[in-house]
Amino acid sequence: MTDVADPREPYLADFARVEREFYGDDPSWLRETRRKALATFHELGFPTQKHEMWKYTNVAPITRTKFTPAVTIPGNGLPAEKLGPVVFGKFEGSELVFVNGRFSRTLSSVRGVADGVRLGSLAEALRERPSEVQPYLAKTARYDANPFTALNTAFLQDGAFIHVPPGRIVEEPVHLLFVSTSRQEPAVAYPRNLFVLEEGAQLTVTESYAGLDAGVYFTNAVTEAAVKGGAVLDHYKLQRESERAFHVATLEIEQGRGTNVSDGSFSLGGGLVRNDVNQRFTAEGGEIAMNGLYSVTGLQHVDNHTRIDHLTPHCTSRELYKGILDGRARGVFYGNIIVHPGAQKTNAVQTNKNLLLSKEALVDSIPGLQIYANDVKCKHGSTTGQIDEDSVFYLRSRGIDAETARAILTYAFAREVVDLVRVPAMRATLGVLLLSRLPNSEAVREAL
Amino acid sequence: MALLEVKGLRAKVGDKEILKGVDLTVNVGEVHAIMGPNGSGKSTLANVLAGRLNYEVIGGKVLYEGKDLLAMKPELRAREGLFLAFQYPVEIPGVGNAYFLKSALNSIRRHRGQDELDAMDFMNIVTDKMKLLGLDESFLGRSLNDGFSGGEKKRNEIFQMAVLEPRLAVLDETDSGLDIDALRIVANGVNTMRAKDRAIVVVTHYQRILNYITPDFVHVLVNGRIAKSGGRELALELEKRGYGWVEEEASHAPAAVS
Repeated sequence: MTDVADPREPYLADFARVEREFYGDDPSWLRETRRKALATFHELGFPTQKHEMWKYTNVAPITRTKFTPAVTIPGNGLPAEKLGPVVFGKFEGSELVFVNGRFSRTLSSVRGVADGVRLGSLAEALRERPSEVQPYLAKTARYDANPFTALNTAFLQDGAFIHVPPGRIVEEPVHLLFVSTSRQEPAVAYPRNLFVLEEGAQLTVTESYAGLDAGVYFTNAVTEAAVKGGAVLDHYKLQRESERAFHVATLEIEQGRGTNVSDGSFSLGGGLVRNDVNQRFTAEGGEIAMNGLYSVTGLQHVDNHTRIDHLTPHCTSRELYKGILDGRARGVFYGNIIVHPGAQKTNAVQTNKNLLLSKEALVDSIPGLQIYANDVKCKHGSTTGQIDEDSVFYLRSRGIDAETARAILTYAFAREVVDLVRVPAMRATLGVLLLSRLPNSEAVREAL
Repeated sequence: MALLEVKGLRAKVGDKEILKGVDLTVNVGEVHAIMGPNGSGKSTLANVLAGRLNYEVIGGKVLYEGKDLLAMKPELRAREGLFLAFQYPVEIPGVGNAYFLKSALNSIRRHRGQDELDAMDFMNIVTDKMKLLGLDESFLGRSLNDGFSGGEKKRNEIFQMAVLEPRLAVLDETDSGLDIDALRIVANGVNTMRAKDRAIVVVTHYQRILNYITPDFVHVLVNGRIAKSGGRELALELEKRGYGWVEEEASHAPAAVS
């Protein structure tokens, strides 16, 4: 680790080098976007805890570390068997694999995709069909407020680009797997995903972020989804980075008329994790289910910031985030639902529940609703507590030992969110991962 | 040897002494009713027997099949054949009725050195018992007591008892909050459980349930002690005269020797 006077400097220097050596062939509009984003990053700087949006998360461990842009490190080869521990056991649909931020054709498989659907590497699309990307890239994901989104936009190179034409349905789920491997020096990758669902399109997509070894690295990811009239998007993210990894990710969703989006964010790994999910209703009749589960232990820190903007009438949002905190872990839930003037008949429910498994674990829960319309149904609630002892006793009184009873109740708490996942392979993997953290997992499995 | 022997049992909740020397002997094949006014200690007695942690035993002893019951963890008591039907069964979302009960049954079977049951064996066992308690198929797939009506919760308790087949069943105010039809179903479930090698202790405020479950012995708990014991007719007398006269008698009786 190197102490630097101005933590922005290394990023500015890296940008100059990377732009010259790697991004020289980019179309001019993209080069312009990068420069604007870099200027925004320069202006915003890294956040401090004085900033309301970063009050509970100190990013100094990130700014103190010198990360080499992964794009400058040659080679993204990886034998397929290395992926074994982090791919879904059995899955349907396509899988795109990215190693240290870059698409790996040999590790990926695409199947059963309808005519006209674009599904593949963003880098390839930018190289081969930039005009298909230009209208959408960095349009939904705004980079004027979040310096990490600005950085990602400046450095973006690869990720998934999925464009579903009007009325087309991608029947099987698309799985995106971002794996990081240890390098000699800590590296930073900037995965960038762009999903465009035209009118009446349907897509189910999962994102998984995983570390293959115990090294220090930084994933700064941005996903943007433009969901147009009548389209349906199911999107799930599983974050299982290495325990010393940094993970900062933003998901931006914009929903048109009569759209239906289901989002699930599962944060199990990483040392320092920040997830932002921002969503906007820009036309009437939209619905979103925005769910999340964070389960952390040891010294892990996971911060979830969500924002839902009801800009238009007759939209419905259901938000459920749950946290399980053990060891000396720290969790944050910051939710903000804004019902803008004129967004009548808004129906919004926001719930955050936290389960503390140790005395040293801590959570900050800040639910929020701002309502500027007068004919709406909105509510929010937050609870934080320990395992209910009456429930433990009830299970024990039927012959189940205390440790197993606690494990059963912990899993049951998480299950409410896991059951909302509509991709069987993802649900199964979540079940296995959550159970593997519990004592007597065999007995727990039997009881569920 | 008696199945259950309670001798001079004293227990407190917080700073308040609730049980002040309870003596009770229950043999296999018997049904006992423990009655008493509110606050007399009925539910405390039931919960102390099951091992609930927020009750502190400060005196006396309890022998179950000759063994020190109070030294056993709650799960061990259950595995040894003790069952408490809760007055207020807990709702546990996310834990399925069927899986939970299978897991409980198998933990008891393991303790007894019996083979564990697979899903098929388990279904064979529960199907008849569900019918007995008027529970339909969908019940098994639901979360444990989650969103159940008061009557459904009580039926579930008796259903669990029927599946787990305890040696000693303690029913803590199982009749409270039940309408007459539900009461009949529950009582019928309990009656089918009467057996030579099993004892049932019915804790209740009202004698109504005893119209359906005929006890061999009736005990009146007053102010933390059993003030009067008798047969079936004692319950009827309490129904007619209330608890006042027993309380009156108890206040004149000499203090129990400790």
